[in-house]
Amino acid sequence: MSFARSVPVACVLALAVLVAIGLMLPEWAMFLTTMAFAKGMVALGIVCLMRAGLVSFGQGLYFCIGAYVSGLMANWTGITDIFLLSALGIVAAAIVAAVFGPLLATYRGIFFAMLTLSLSMILYGFLSKLSVLGGTDGLNVMAPTFLGYAPEGRALGLALYVFTCTIVVVAGGLIRVFFDSEHGLIALAIRDNELRVEYLGASVRNEIAISYVMAAILGSLGGVIAGLAIGHVDPEFSYWTTSGEFVFVAILSGYVSIGAVFISSVVLEVVRSFSNLYFPNTWQLSLGIFLLVVILLLPNGLGSLLSRLKRKKRSS
Amino acid sequence: MSADVLVTETVNKTFGAITAAQDVTVAVPQGAVWSLIGANGAGKTTFVNMVTGYVKPDSGRILFEGSDITMLSPRQITRLGIRRSFQIPQLCAELSVLENMLVSLSINDTEPPSFWQKARSASDVERAMGILEQFKIADTYDRLMGELSAGVRKLLDIAMAISGAPRVMLLDEPTSGVAAEEKFPIMDLVMEVLSAADVTILFVEHDMDIVTRYSQRVLAFYDGQIVANDAPDEVLADEVVQRYVTGTAK
Amino acid sequence: MELLAYILVDGLIYGAWLFIVSVGLTLVFGVLNILNLAHGSLYAIGAYAAASAVGAYFALGGDAFPLGSYVAMIGGAAIVALVLGPLLERGLLRHFYDRDHVIIVLVTYGVFLILEDVMKLIWGVTPLFVSEPYSLLGNVELGPLYYVAYDFLVIAVAILVGLVVWFTLNRTRRGKVVLAVIHDREMSQTMGVNVDRVFMVSFVAGVFLAALGGALTAPMISVSPGIGVNVIIIAFAVVIIGGLGSIEGAAIGAVFVGIARAASVHLLPEAELFIIYLVMAGVLVFRPEGLFQKTQARKI
Repeated sequence: MSFARSVPVACVLALAVLVAIGLMLPEWAMFLTTMAFAKGMVALGIVCLMRAGLVSFGQGLYFCIGAYVSGLMANWTGITDIFLLSALGIVAAAIVAAVFGPLLATYRGIFFAMLTLSLSMILYGFLSKLSVLGGTDGLNVMAPTFLGYAPEGRALGLALYVFTCTIVVVAGGLIRVFFDSEHGLIALAIRDNELRVEYLGASVRNEIAISYVMAAILGSLGGVIAGLAIGHVDPEFSYWTTSGEFVFVAILSGYVSIGAVFISSVVLEVVRSFSNLYFPNTWQLSLGIFLLVVILLLPNGLGSLLSRLKRKKRSS
Repeated sequence: MSADVLVTETVNKTFGAITAAQDVTVAVPQGAVWSLIGANGAGKTTFVNMVTGYVKPDSGRILFEGSDITMLSPRQITRLGIRRSFQIPQLCAELSVLENMLVSLSINDTEPPSFWQKARSASDVERAMGILEQFKIADTYDRLMGELSAGVRKLLDIAMAISGAPRVMLLDEPTSGVAAEEKFPIMDLVMEVLSAADVTILFVEHDMDIVTRYSQRVLAFYDGQIVANDAPDEVLADEVVQRYVTGTAK
Repeated sequence: MELLAYILVDGLIYGAWLFIVSVGLTLVFGVLNILNLAHGSLYAIGAYAAASAVGAYFALGGDAFPLGSYVAMIGGAAIVALVLGPLLERGLLRHFYDRDHVIIVLVTYGVFLILEDVMKLIWGVTPLFVSEPYSLLGNVELGPLYYVAYDFLVIAVAILVGLVVWFTLNRTRRGKVVLAVIHDREMSQTMGVNVDRVFMVSFVAGVFLAALGGALTAPMISVSPGIGVNVIIIAFAVVIIGGLGSIEGAAIGAVFVGIARAASVHLLPEAELFIIYLVMAGVLVFRPEGLFQKTQARKI
């Protein structure tokens, strides 16, 4: 009973808090959070797959597709409306994922990971060679408009931040509903025992393909936002190290809590910018050490930590 | 006479040099309760695996209610109404007993699984608990698989299969690994639930007391062949069966 | 006809290089069940170490006997293996053996990040050039085609590496122990095999092969930060094509990819950057486990 109300209520509350925080943030922090949330969307997609027992090492593919859709549409057709661009990003990703999803859904474990990775690297190679699309330099992305509203400077940053928060909250809410739904539970069962699910009469392949398409849409939305926020896209969006970061965020957050995904993403982004600032030559080193420490200390991800705290509170 | 619900016609299967099925021909009438006996490797589980689509026969046909299911996938066969339990219960170890049951209900609802309807909705939970109660394992609802006794795991495995309202139920060694004093209670329960639903039952069993007590007819397997197919007393008195299957020959 | 010859020879040279670079990866996967994302960094460190060793060799008067620089290169790779191998395996990886597969991959991703910067700290960001060993052997004329003889040295080394690895695994007692561990870790443990030691030796061997690949490559390129980032993915592709954990598979996969890339360079240069991934995707579609996957165990 509380279900029908609680998810929307939580979403509205979360959005209000995020926007309130945003109004107080300096511009750099707003940009940082926007980027962290955009990447968090991609990681949330990996979490969807993780719940079905799979990890994609190639979500950069959809991150890149979303980013290039927003960049190319603005350059070619003059469309700069962020809602329209997001919709186009979703459509593009859904089409690509609908083609590859059913194919990939027959693979498991490291083979799934490597095939997804190879797809993203094919796109990387393709974009690097195509001078029409800017080659390795990539292309600049025009500033977005918001249903006719065309802000500049700090207002643009804020508008993008609010848009991102809205997308995150809506997507997060929908994904929560999905996780708790019958399909969501079947996905968890697949992670656990595929044979059993097949012998109950469900198609494991379909379920995985569904999760894959959702992951693709989330990844593409993240890409649209990231492309617009940076104002530039290049093939690196699809490079394997980019995908590696998404996997890191997903593992760091675990597959229990959706909030944890975005918190992890912000944590990673903060660690990265600070090490960039204070150890400009060794930020990868600091990031790597941070990653190892996290894996050692939080075996089941940040989400498990959150739910453990919750349980403690309840029992005390 | 009721019609035969499950028929196999000269089914053959080899794994390399091992003959797992040789000219296996049986016709199981609707509502029958039969048992399958035989030493390890005699072909009982292969028979179950072939009927449920996990293993494809090299030749021969398998018919369910008159239609050919030989080349269908396990999922398609499951959908038609042939369900099975497993020698090693196939459960979701990271989910609780109740959640395992809910997975089964989510898939076997009259409607296809939903993207927004809660899997743990009050009505589904109630139904799941009802089935668990039928099998007298409702008190374990919040346990994980690792915390359950072998008997409870067997029952949950069977309960998940049954929630899809099967026409034919294949039980692969329903009492193996179960404590001796639990065997009869488990079989009593399973038979009670299944016969109430008018399900045709085939079960693989090593315990001859259970075979004689619960089955109307026995199929004895040896080397991939059915060497006897008769009432329990007749089969167990058969010389070939005593020598090769039960090992009770003098 | 001439084009075909070009493609074939180029393909073999590139394939030989690919084999050296990826065989360590498949060995480590086969024995330890770890997909090592830091493999490319170890390759890069091998290249740096070799560059330093060759530089030092000539600075110390090696001009009198320039062929000795090859020994210096291999020495550099060996030092990398002996220092980093035990450090990574004993110091880090073994703490994660009981964790999920993906977690270990992520741990090696962390190692990759760390090593990338460690290299910059040690060797700086200015590229190193040590081309002496490359030109040392002169050129080879194959009909109408000219090649640098060093390229054929790479082929020779690849064949040698392949033979040594194969011989060690199949014809020596210790190698058979390693094979036993690959086949069934738990069983060999109960049979009294010191799995810990097998793991460490195999990992060190894997690091050495990665570093050797880098060392051999150092004279052919400008050694600079980031050279390992690409290599790891290419090595992955080769290993996946051949079948994870299979040495023969890595050899076939390397030749396969080598020729495919050479063909693309000559016929369709635009595709060069991603032909490898296309080949990999193609192979996996038809043979999901790779060309040479041996373990088919699927328990019910």
